[in-house]
Amino acid sequence: MIQVSNLSFGPAANPILQGIDAEIPAGRVTALIGPNGAGKSTLLKLIARQLTASSGRIRMDGMDLAQTVPAQLACKMAVVAQHLSVASRVRVRDLIGFGRWPHSAGRLGVADHAAIANAVELFDLGDLQTRFLDELSGGQRQRAFIAMAYVQDTDWLLLDEPLNNLDLHHARNLMAQLRHLTELQGRGIVIVVHDLNYAISWSDHVVALRDGKVAFQGPVAAAATAERLSALYQTPVAITRLGGQPFAQYHR
Amino acid sequence: MSDPAVSQARAPRRRLLLVAVLLVPLALVSLLVGAGPLPLGTLLSDPQALQVLAVSRIPRTAAVLLTGAAMAVAGVIMQLLVRNRFVEPGTTGTSEAAMLGLLAVTLLAPGAPILVKMLAAAGAALAGTGVFMLLARRIPPHQVLLIPLSGLVYGGLLMACATFIAIEAGLLQYLGVWMSGEFSGILAGRYELLWLAGGLALLAYFAADQFTIAGLGRDVSLNLGLRYGRVLGFGIVTVSLVSSLVIVTVGMLPFIGLVVPNLVSRLMGDNLRESLPVVAAAGAGLLLVCDILGRVLRYPYEIPAGTVFGIFGAAVFLYLLLGRQANG
Ligand SMILES: Nc1ncnc2c1ncn2[C@@H]1O[C@H](COP(=O)(O)OP(=O)(O)OP(=O)(O)O)[C@@H](O)[C@H]1O
Ligand SMILES: [Mg+2]
Repeated sequence: MIQVSNLSFGPAANPILQGIDAEIPAGRVTALIGPNGAGKSTLLKLIARQLTASSGRIRMDGMDLAQTVPAQLACKMAVVAQHLSVASRVRVRDLIGFGRWPHSAGRLGVADHAAIANAVELFDLGDLQTRFLDELSGGQRQRAFIAMAYVQDTDWLLLDEPLNNLDLHHARNLMAQLRHLTELQGRGIVIVVHDLNYAISWSDHVVALRDGKVAFQGPVAAAATAERLSALYQTPVAITRLGGQPFAQYHR
Repeated sequence: MSDPAVSQARAPRRRLLLVAVLLVPLALVSLLVGAGPLPLGTLLSDPQALQVLAVSRIPRTAAVLLTGAAMAVAGVIMQLLVRNRFVEPGTTGTSEAAMLGLLAVTLLAPGAPILVKMLAAAGAALAGTGVFMLLARRIPPHQVLLIPLSGLVYGGLLMACATFIAIEAGLLQYLGVWMSGEFSGILAGRYELLWLAGGLALLAYFAADQFTIAGLGRDVSLNLGLRYGRVLGFGIVTVSLVSSLVIVTVGMLPFIGLVVPNLVSRLMGDNLRESLPVVAAAGAGLLLVCDILGRVLRYPYEIPAGTVFGIFGAAVFLYLLLGRQANG
């Protein structure tokens, strides 16, 4: 479980996050939702220790994150950022290989190569594996980075808007893989998503942020109601059922 | 599916072999070309010719190879750490700061041994590069050209300070020597510090993966458990030491660190574990070509290798800049 208690970030006069208390269950898919600028990416970066909170605490499976060393954390959680700026020319396969770095420190063994080949297969990167990152489309690059996080083989996987650049097929495939990971291997997954239908139909748990505070949180079925979602986005959202699945209607 | 991966794994070794094989005849030519002729036939029977070889030609060739390799390696490290294709020790204030340090030690302790002078230069280079890194961090990374431009302005400022001090202290001729890299004065006993530069480049190879990961950015590095600050520090220290060693022994050699890594990166990317040996070999080879050209173009006079490389380097640099824009 990731336990965020009384977490604040940013200048006291104008905080970006303020008094966040949230619980993210282990072995589940948790959707982090909220309008633009709500602080979703900031919260994810704080958990990933890319940023340091001004106050408050984050515990992951009982460990205080402030007390951990980077190498230890890299075996515990993998993170994929929202904006993947790439300045250097690294091949897709090499990038995925770096995902094994926390375990192998650069000496890839047979098991490492198997894990890499598996990720190449799962994320449909076979034709791209010898290409350079800076010569890929946005969605292809995103898949490469997700594959790197995947081979890191961690208890926790944090993805900031992983569906952003993906087409229908690859978006659905990614969500199916993530479900697979939780159900078969008990990984905890946190994804930032804007598409409510992906959020409510693929995740177990939801944490909603608005203006740097938690708007609501809990199991999806109970917490993500039409009224709350409408208030969260200030947009009328109706929830119906379609083919046995909850379906959010907000397009018009 | 595994085919491209396998052939990809073999390609870097083939490229390295190719460059290394080209280096051998180049080095031989370098041994034979010079102010006095060294005919191959009588070489082994003529003690005077052997003397020239041992005291001048072999040291000179070794110095060029070591300098070219070390500067190219310093350049690629700088590019990965700043995450910008267009930086090298000559565009980040490193070389200029080193010269300021040298100037200071020449003023304050003119009789200091060369190792002390080198360390003073390295200390100043370290401080100068550190300031540049802080500066570069404030520039949004997508402003690709703004970073080397600010570096040039910053280096220009340091250079202006150095020139002013040199004029006031009457040391301008020293500055001239440090600024134009050339190898005509290299003799046995006067270049051995460069082996240290070569050793540093070799040491950097052991951190090749770390540098490659650091080149993917701070967030990716942290995610993989890398001590990003340490890698940054190690890189800056390496680059500062290499630049200072080169300036103290042969003088400033701009463009090698810029041009060679860019050319190699085009072909084989930035995974340093694969590309660093090729970067080093290509840097050594290109500089040797320039040094040989400098010796034969206006024979029996010499054109400094730095000048020859400057002309070649400027042309390639322009091509890279324009090519980048054409690609969007
Ligand atoms: N580097 C920064 N400096 C100052 N303010 C920032 C910075 N990055 C983000 N912010 C501010 O912090 C707030 C939260 O940003 P954050 O990126 O966490 O939002 P988000 O919920 O991820 O939004 P989105 O859905 O657009 O990705 C925003 O108001 C944003 O303007
Ligand atoms: Mg965001």
